[in-house]
Amino acid sequence: MSVLLNKNTKVIVQGITGNQGGFHTKLMKEYGTNIVAGVTPGKGGEVVEGIPVFNSVKGAMACHEVEWSCIFVPARFAKNAAFEAFENNLNVVLITENIPVHDTIAIMDVAKEKNLVIIGPNCPGIITPGESKLGIMPGHIFMKGNVGMISRSGTLTYEIINELTRNGIGQSTAIGIGGDPVIGLGFIDALKLFQQDDETEKIVLIGEIGGDLEEKAAEFINKNISKPVVAYIAGRTAPKGKRMGHAGAVIMGKAGSAEHKINVLKENSVKVAELPSEIVRLIKEF
Amino acid sequence: MKLKEYEGKNIFQKNNIIIPKGFVVSSIEEIDNLLDLPSDIVVKSQILVGGRGKSGGIKFATKDNVKEVCSELLGSKIKDTLVDELLIEEKLNIEKEIYVALTIDRAAKSIKLLLSLEGGVEIEELSLSMPEKIFKTDINSLDRDLLDNFLGEFNYNDKLIEIIGSMKNIMINLDAELVEINPLVIHNNMLVAADSKIILDDNALYRHLEFKKGKKSQLTDIEKKADDNGLQYVELDGDVGVIGNGAGLVMATLDVLKYFNLNAANFLDVGGGASVDVMEKALEIVLIKNGLKAVIINIFGGITKCDEIALGIVNYKQKNSLDIPVVIRMIGTNEGKAKQILNENNILTEDSMEEAAKKVNEIVNKGVK
Repeated sequence: MSVLLNKNTKVIVQGITGNQGGFHTKLMKEYGTNIVAGVTPGKGGEVVEGIPVFNSVKGAMACHEVEWSCIFVPARFAKNAAFEAFENNLNVVLITENIPVHDTIAIMDVAKEKNLVIIGPNCPGIITPGESKLGIMPGHIFMKGNVGMISRSGTLTYEIINELTRNGIGQSTAIGIGGDPVIGLGFIDALKLFQQDDETEKIVLIGEIGGDLEEKAAEFINKNISKPVVAYIAGRTAPKGKRMGHAGAVIMGKAGSAEHKINVLKENSVKVAELPSEIVRLIKEF
Repeated sequence: MKLKEYEGKNIFQKNNIIIPKGFVVSSIEEIDNLLDLPSDIVVKSQILVGGRGKSGGIKFATKDNVKEVCSELLGSKIKDTLVDELLIEEKLNIEKEIYVALTIDRAAKSIKLLLSLEGGVEIEELSLSMPEKIFKTDINSLDRDLLDNFLGEFNYNDKLIEIIGSMKNIMINLDAELVEINPLVIHNNMLVAADSKIILDDNALYRHLEFKKGKKSQLTDIEKKADDNGLQYVELDGDVGVIGNGAGLVMATLDVLKYFNLNAANFLDVGGGASVDVMEKALEIVLIKNGLKAVIINIFGGITKCDEIALGIVNYKQKNSLDIPVVIRMIGTNEGKAKQILNENNILTEDSMEEAAKKVNEIVNKGVK
């Protein structure tokens, strides 16, 4: 087992004819993702990487039992693209960055109403090593195994995954939940999934400054997660009030600092790595 | 993007929120034409820095000495920011100060109302010291009974609800992240917005082109250059320049530097899939800053191809004199090709983020941790 995604999961790509959409469709297909169709309004009938393109999600769904849509459309069209996926009862991985926050709130409202999963926005997606990936994670650094990974950052995830793999520690599923202030699937949702997953034995949680997802996750872990969790928090040295690359990575007054997150995690018996490279050592200790 | 006080107040006025009588000037000459104010006046610097009042940016005046007060402020610097516009307003008869704000609630994925009858203070301080004095609710499930109960003997409840409604319209119509009135005051039996703080969502400025120009003017020259090239740049106060790909990785790089007693001078994220040209530009931007002792480049090649990054570095070096030591850590896609390119140009690379930080430490601190 793995969480949310396996080699049989059927998916579509919205924005498949764009630069990013096309490039990553190729990489996803090579990795083994079961992409059955693509969608770009006005480009129906084209073929990208051997995958048929439709004008609408509904059209793409006509002959397949699709579960997920991976969305690569530009920010100003992202809300409607997500709405279209939800109308067709698809879960969504929303890769697009720079989406206006009120659009994101509207997207989250609909996802909640329809009880669908949304990962992102502004995220690298999800990968179940050796089986399937949705999004932009570089497949070759991952290795099948039993560590579940949840992270707010893309490249920092790759950095840590690479270290794990080099040390022979494989991963069950890795989920990049996104760097925006408002995101869909959060740490707690992902922790629940990993707790239930037979293949996941240990969990790595990568957080960063801004908001209080990590603090809430810490309390949840203490009460509900029996599997070992190791954390790393980026942004210990970030100054107040400056957005550190991610829209959500900003310390407002006293809220959202790395120090506070680390303290709360430790108070809740979660081991916190001081340097990214320490994660491997801490994971091995369990 | 933060709006200036008067910009926010103009928006309030258009949305039927009462603001004090006043006007904006950017020169002393403009004052003559517009003095339709009572004798007691307040002069407020229109700058976007916190603690403006405490730093002397707000002064009281009378009709007689208003020009002198204005000439003291105009052209002066407060917290390194030039005062080039003043808001001249009637001084209010403040009976009571209230705090009211709408903000994005990250956890609830919604708009949150924050309200307190202890206005005029730092709301963050209050939320720590007396959280029971702040009324918080999701704006979409505002319960009138609960609110009335919280307000007690306030007597302006209907008016306040109207103002909150206007603030919600502003929040949604202008794509704001924050709409705050601190303080909202009772003045001559009216609720008046004595200050304004509106932060617009930069990602939505394409829908509000009237503000887009203002955003550009708020950036420093280096930030502008980064922005023009689609790069994320943050100015910091140390002496090691930092370039990386991906916000989380760059943040972690700053933390690892600090672990080795080094302080970052800036933060530049080249983003995913950076090309040769983007990398060359990134080096150019980071090196604009004076006083750098070293630069660290930390690339994890996923979508980003290391050889493109390497070529960008080599190109920069060939076109410019580069006297500052550059330490490079690069792994991932096309790493071998990248190392070959760099080695041929006598540029060394490190394999891990920590090795690279150690190397920078040797250069900057002679290895003392």
